[in-house]
Amino acid sequence: MFNEEIVKPENLVYKKTSVLTDAVMHYCPGCPHGTIHRIIAEVIDEMGIQDKTIGIAPVGCSVLAYNYFNVDFVEAAHGRAPALASAIQRLHPEHHTFTYQGDGDLAAIGTAETIHACNRGENIIIFFVNNAIYGMTGGQMAPTTLVGMKSATTPYGRRVDLNGWPLQITELVAQLPGTNFVTRQSASTPADVRKAKAAVRKAFENQAAKKGTQFVEFVSTCNSGWKMTPVAANEWMRQNMFPKYVLGDIKVEGEIVREYNPADSKVIRDLVSVK
Amino acid sequence: MAIKGAIVVDKEKCKGCGVCASVCPKQVIALSKNVNGKGYNYAEMVNGDCIGCASCGMVCPDGVITVYKAKV
Repeated sequence: MFNEEIVKPENLVYKKTSVLTDAVMHYCPGCPHGTIHRIIAEVIDEMGIQDKTIGIAPVGCSVLAYNYFNVDFVEAAHGRAPALASAIQRLHPEHHTFTYQGDGDLAAIGTAETIHACNRGENIIIFFVNNAIYGMTGGQMAPTTLVGMKSATTPYGRRVDLNGWPLQITELVAQLPGTNFVTRQSASTPADVRKAKAAVRKAFENQAAKKGTQFVEFVSTCNSGWKMTPVAANEWMRQNMFPKYVLGDIKVEGEIVREYNPADSKVIRDLVSVK
Repeated sequence: MAIKGAIVVDKEKCKGCGVCASVCPKQVIALSKNVNGKGYNYAEMVNGDCIGCASCGMVCPDGVITVYKAKV
């Protein structure tokens, strides 16, 4: 209604990349999985590596990721994506192998595979989407659920004496000698998307240079599991997740650039507001 | 000369999450009163202030927004 003379092919500034298929994503409205898929796909498109990229789909909401990426994809058993990626990358050293995992897959059932793949320094990229909840199965508590955060299995909020501390798996793998680039990003605002895209590109470039394991965490929301609107969930994430899961690079070129102090968690415990 | 932008929303694929409207610096986008085939209130342009910054396209989880920009 406002745009007849502007909508022309020569005026195009942004459209969905062709590395994503035209399939309608099954994710809930506002789910950041779609945004993160697109960030990864745009980097693959810009680097021109579509024909030599192999993705590993996890178990979780993103189990159907292979329907949306226009690259070769393998579906791994629950939590075993880093093990499968290790094998594929060793057999195809000139290809780009990445895993795409949620917090239930990577930080719960697949903790051993994650830590050992990172410790071996496999030349793979691990994309870790942390929404602090088990989204697919109905919003149960995950290892990464915040202290005081309500979920289906912690209806009065996560308690440290009963459920333990949130697992800081990204800080954990940064301590391992095999990891080369460990970073934490988000995808809720245009600025965050730009930063995340730069980090994803750096991970792919480091992999091409065979520098070791690349680990990119995305702090994410689960508006259905959190029982919020997508916009409110993004705001809740900024207020409650970011103090605990601080954005930014943790390890660059094999050197830790931000030390993790577990004592910070004790301070954060009192700051987490319970919905 | 002024820079004018425009967006085209794939109405049938839009899920009406409203994230695009929340990041638009010019408040150009709002959810329609009408619904698409799946019953979602899809996003649409409600005024002509668009500057073609593509912020909406960058955060759209379903990649349904195509952005155009021209000097008019």
